[in-house]
Amino acid sequence: MTSPENNWALALLQRELRLAVRIGGGALVGVLFFLAVVTVIPFGVGPDLNLLARIGPAILWIGALLATLLGLDRLFQADRDDGTLDLMLMAGRPLELVVLIKCLAHWLATGLPLVLAAPILGIFLNLEPLAMGAVTATLLAGTPALTLIGAVGAALTVSLRRGGLLLAVLVVPLTIPVLIFGVSAANAALVVGTPFKVPFVVLCALSLISGVVGPVAAAMALRFSAD
Amino acid sequence: MALLDYANPTRFLRLSQRILPWLTGACVIAFAVGLYMSLFVAPEDYQQGQTVKIMYIHVPAAWLCMMTYSIMALSSLGTLVWKHPLADVSAKAAAPIGAAFTLIALITGSLWGRPMWGTYWEWDARMTSVLVLLLMYLGLIALWRTMEDPIKAGKAAAILTLVGALNLPIIKFSVDWWYTLHQPASVMRMDGPTIHPALLTPLLIMALASTLLFFVLHLQAMQNEIMRRRVRALRLRAASSTRPARMTATSTAAE
Repeated sequence: MTSPENNWALALLQRELRLAVRIGGGALVGVLFFLAVVTVIPFGVGPDLNLLARIGPAILWIGALLATLLGLDRLFQADRDDGTLDLMLMAGRPLELVVLIKCLAHWLATGLPLVLAAPILGIFLNLEPLAMGAVTATLLAGTPALTLIGAVGAALTVSLRRGGLLLAVLVVPLTIPVLIFGVSAANAALVVGTPFKVPFVVLCALSLISGVVGPVAAAMALRFSAD
Repeated sequence: MALLDYANPTRFLRLSQRILPWLTGACVIAFAVGLYMSLFVAPEDYQQGQTVKIMYIHVPAAWLCMMTYSIMALSSLGTLVWKHPLADVSAKAAAPIGAAFTLIALITGSLWGRPMWGTYWEWDARMTSVLVLLLMYLGLIALWRTMEDPIKAGKAAAILTLVGALNLPIIKFSVDWWYTLHQPASVMRMDGPTIHPALLTPLLIMALASTLLFFVLHLQAMQNEIMRRRVRALRLRAASSTRPARMTATSTAAE
């Protein structure tokens, strides 16, 4: 870990995290948006606590999905604007690994706060402690997949101005499996007799698959957008 | 390699212009035979009555919306791996046709569902996956429309097409799983284990006719796309020659 050859990954991670939490980084805006979505839902469906408890895991998952989608355009955009992305492309490091580290930092800055906020927002939705734990666990296992799949969309739209909306349109169909298994596993705490383990394991598998497919495809897209 | 001989767009245009009339003729004949057989010869279903005839449009469209995506995925491999200059033309030309077939499958499916299920839309596993497929087609078309440079757009769309191709089986599997979890009381299954030959023959002819229709439209759309790129290249050249030394025209590979 002492030689700079091995340290570049750590240095990149630290740089990304510092940029994310400092002024202009906007890491915590995602959590605010998450709070806003969860606040708005009861105005739409009514303040019926039983209903909210039943659809609570789904609300939290959809809120987390939307918050992740909105934050994704920051993944490569700022680096492209100031030229850092070109330096990363020319640095001779494996670009797939660079993308993976950037995704990890992005998830730590935007995804993990969503996971931590989920139990608190669960109180508003009248969730039982068990359901709260289930939602938090599934979000912890599933939000990395959202970030990694989203990285492909972010890399594809990086050369476009105002590509955020297109990014969301491209990414949403690909995230449907994550949403399905995430909500199913979280609902297992609410509905007696539904399995938790099977959808949860599939959810973990989806995160692992996207950990391979996402960086490879995103790195390819970044290379094409540069030349 | 034979496929590489047609990497030259001019040669491709010449060949496709020679093939297209024959293909169009075969398509018209197949549709004439298929429509006649399915509308006048094929018997009514004892349960579904006349509505079974929707099947002759619905099933070929549903089959083609998947075949079109496979062709797009193969073309995307051609773009990324072999850098075949016509591959992204093929993928771009196929996307709107695929979206149209998907829409036809959805609309006929919901019209068929109305008398069968009593509702136009059922969140049935297959209808839901086809809806997701439509979303992916529309997203790809949107991506092509937002990028100015056709080569860059082609590469970006190729990556998305391949990621989508990897994801489609997962989506299909997860939607099926989701549907069995929320199984509603009674939904009539359309895929009976056996289908009577009197119904099957017109169906196969209609499937053949629709496939021919796809290839006619696809070849035509590819020709149009090549022409469009030539017009674009000529315009860029004209624009750069009127204002010299400003920038050189970016030539496209499909010239």
